[in-house]
Amino acid sequence: MSGVMIFVCIAAYVILAPFLGGLLAGIDRKITARMQGRQGPPVLQPFYDVGKLLKKQTSATNNVQMLFALSFLIFIIFTGALFFGGFDLLLIFFVLTTACMFLVLAATSASSPYSNMGAQRELVQMLAYEPMVLITAVGFYIATGSFKVSDIVCAEIPAIIILPGVFIGFCYILTIKLRKSPFDISTSHHAHQEVVKGITTELSGKILACIEIAHWYENIFLIGIVGLFFVFAEWWGILLAIAAIAITYFIEILIDNTNARVKWDKMFKLTWLVTMIAGALNILIIQYVL
Amino acid sequence: MELVIFLILFPFLAAALLAVVKNNNFRKAVTYVSSIAIIAVAVIFSVQWFMKGETLTLFENVTAINNIMLVVEVLLMCLIVALSFKYKKYFVALLSVAQTLLIAWLELFGHHASVPQTHIFVDQLSIIMVLIIAVVGTLICVYAAGYMTDYHHHHKEVKDRRCFFFALLFVFLGAMFGLVMSSNLIWMYFFWEITSLVSFLLIGYTKTEEAINNSFRALWMNLLGGLGFAIGIVYATLELEISTIQELVACTNPIVLLPIILLAFAGLTKSAQMPFSKWLLGAMVAPTPTSALLHSATMVKAGVYLLLRLGPAMAGNFAGLMVGLIGGFTFFVASIFAITHTDAKKVLAYSTISNLGLITACAGIGVSETIWAGIMLVIFHAISKSLLFQTVGAVENATGSRDIENMHGLIRTYPMLTAALVIGIAGMFLAPFGMLISKWAALKAFVDAGNIILILLVCFGSATTLVYWTKWLGKILAFSGKMKVCKNVTSADQWTSLGVHAVLMIAVCALFPVLSKYALLPLLTTMFGAGATEVLTGSSVVLVIVMMFAVFIVPLLCYAFSKNAKIKHDLPYMAGINVGDTRTFVDSFGGSKKLYLANWYMTDLFGEEKWWKPSVMLSVAIILVCIVITIGGVI
Repeated sequence: MSGVMIFVCIAAYVILAPFLGGLLAGIDRKITARMQGRQGPPVLQPFYDVGKLLKKQTSATNNVQMLFALSFLIFIIFTGALFFGGFDLLLIFFVLTTACMFLVLAATSASSPYSNMGAQRELVQMLAYEPMVLITAVGFYIATGSFKVSDIVCAEIPAIIILPGVFIGFCYILTIKLRKSPFDISTSHHAHQEVVKGITTELSGKILACIEIAHWYENIFLIGIVGLFFVFAEWWGILLAIAAIAITYFIEILIDNTNARVKWDKMFKLTWLVTMIAGALNILIIQYVL
Repeated sequence: MELVIFLILFPFLAAALLAVVKNNNFRKAVTYVSSIAIIAVAVIFSVQWFMKGETLTLFENVTAINNIMLVVEVLLMCLIVALSFKYKKYFVALLSVAQTLLIAWLELFGHHASVPQTHIFVDQLSIIMVLIIAVVGTLICVYAAGYMTDYHHHHKEVKDRRCFFFALLFVFLGAMFGLVMSSNLIWMYFFWEITSLVSFLLIGYTKTEEAINNSFRALWMNLLGGLGFAIGIVYATLELEISTIQELVACTNPIVLLPIILLAFAGLTKSAQMPFSKWLLGAMVAPTPTSALLHSATMVKAGVYLLLRLGPAMAGNFAGLMVGLIGGFTFFVASIFAITHTDAKKVLAYSTISNLGLITACAGIGVSETIWAGIMLVIFHAISKSLLFQTVGAVENATGSRDIENMHGLIRTYPMLTAALVIGIAGMFLAPFGMLISKWAALKAFVDAGNIILILLVCFGSATTLVYWTKWLGKILAFSGKMKVCKNVTSADQWTSLGVHAVLMIAVCALFPVLSKYALLPLLTTMFGAGATEVLTGSSVVLVIVMMFAVFIVPLLCYAFSKNAKIKHDLPYMAGINVGDTRTFVDSFGGSKKLYLANWYMTDLFGEEKWWKPSVMLSVAIILVCIVITIGGVI
């Protein structure tokens, strides 16, 4: 990709992703509500919410929570920017890890019981999904011969054909990353939290607004990865990707509303099991076939 | 050439002097002067070498030196036998006698048909190791100067044998220089045995029962490796007439696999890979400079140095399979155990073993890319780990505890030490710092080499690694309102060392492309021919540099921004039972109770009780199977 293209893509992501992400969150809430037999909030509700958060007085237990929350936001934006700019997928995932670390630090720095519990649970979540995330990157490399996103999108066939297991594994951990039941153990968007609000308990006002916006950026990045399995050299690959994203996201919402939260050790064991069976087996097979 | 002799011999002289100096200030002076001298000579040597740009081979007629070495080896054997009998660990004596007699027999009666060989060989890898030993190693000695004063102040029950301690530190350095610049196998073995013995003496410094047991464990594990080393040398000399490591690696005769796998086995024991990890964990009972020296700059690097040298010869055969599997498995298993411990030194020990596992796996695959990643890992790990151990030692001296759970609020009570810890920890696992870059390169290289099991082990191991580091970071960066800065009790010597380490770490991270192009690429071209390439090039490098700035600047900018945001400070949420400060709450009787926030250690999921024995059994099985198959193939 030429420098100008890269710049345009990155700029598009940085500017548009929060709007798309917020819209996605709003649609999510609407569909969830309808599944639960409710009217549901307006689709633009997330924007109203963040707007209100920004106007509220920010209360925190110390000076550094804002610092960590902002760092989290900036590194998530960086991750997404790298992705849509077409750079090395493995590095992108490592940057994502750095970003998530800042979120954990924002929670632990508060020295608060619920926040700390949430942070520990978030660490277990990271422990659960990180192997699959790295295996996804490795899978793309084996399938297309490159780690670079700009090369992967120009592949001859959609990666999903070679990486069905990896795709299933990735969608499995997507439930964790999107903070949906049954794996929303560290914090949840619904009212049924266990440890008050878990990792975001002590975050309020502008700080919480940062986290919300960061999650919008992150969600756009994550569905971008889902789309990456379907995009390829032909022009209609993008349409295929959008359809796949829509279906996948809908299924995630469905799973969210039909499953109760599981305990952390069950989440961890199940996730590693699925990682081994779906992800590892897939790359083992293609390594020896390709 | 004189510089080579200086580097190897001068530390021994310094050791001799330190063994007799009783006055603490004079001792410090000698330590400082010797350290500066060693660093200066090492740097001059490196610069000179780079300007000339050729590998150095020296010493063709060395009978006198060989004889001296033989005498010293026998003396060391007698020392070990005497101590083994004193503490009733007879089998250790057996191991020592077996290998020393084997080598002595070879030297005296084995034929040295094609004798003129190079004994000293210096290439880029040797220079990198020399610099690491010189800079990191001597800084640890400087650190020890201040630390040991405090240590004996706090631990009056330990007999003050500081002369002995400091002498041993410098003997260690001398032996390491000798090891990385030796080409002749028997010379390498000689220096190797010295490091085994010195680590034994250093671990047992406090002479408590635990220390003695741990030191003997270290000794027998390393001697077992040494025995393998000795058998390998004898076989290579007699069957293949090989006497230098360069010849060993270059040999194409299939029976060379036996000495190679035996030397690789020695490398595994010295690098504390499974199942030999227990000795490194046991080394924690020693004062911090020992742990720092052993675990980061010298001893364990000796093992991986040998493995990296053997790397090209292990590609695609059973030696490589053994080393690769053990390395990858150790990387994963050690990081699991690191999650379950609260003792900071134990976490660091497991982390060392884990990272050595990654380097070992890189050596086992033995292709250009993995060797690149392995050497980068060695450099970054040496600096970060040394920094971390020293900082933890300083924290222990200051607060009286090295338990991570007691480090809550360290950012407030000891901000400078926390800064050092943060730099060290970040350097160990965060993008874009060195270890992450190396891990990235290693993963790429493993995928290219097609070893799926190793890839899976690295993926899972990366996940477990980030958990224990982030947990620790979270603990030290948390604080409660009332905590105040405590008085600094860390001595200037320690700060010198810590400061230089921190700066070095950042500098090496920022300069890694330069390092890669001018030091590693030529080395890899020599080892592998024209096909050698750097693993990370072009845009990736640019990205990493950008990220480095980002990781420093972003938090600073955010901090500046957050200072202006009007934030109302409040108590943490405790469901309405706050007392008024952040550390207590109202209990069910109406009184106030102290709040403790602990990290998760998940011992029932990841604990040693569950996984240690199976890991040992699996690793023993892998080693035995590979060695037996090799022996079968060779006979």
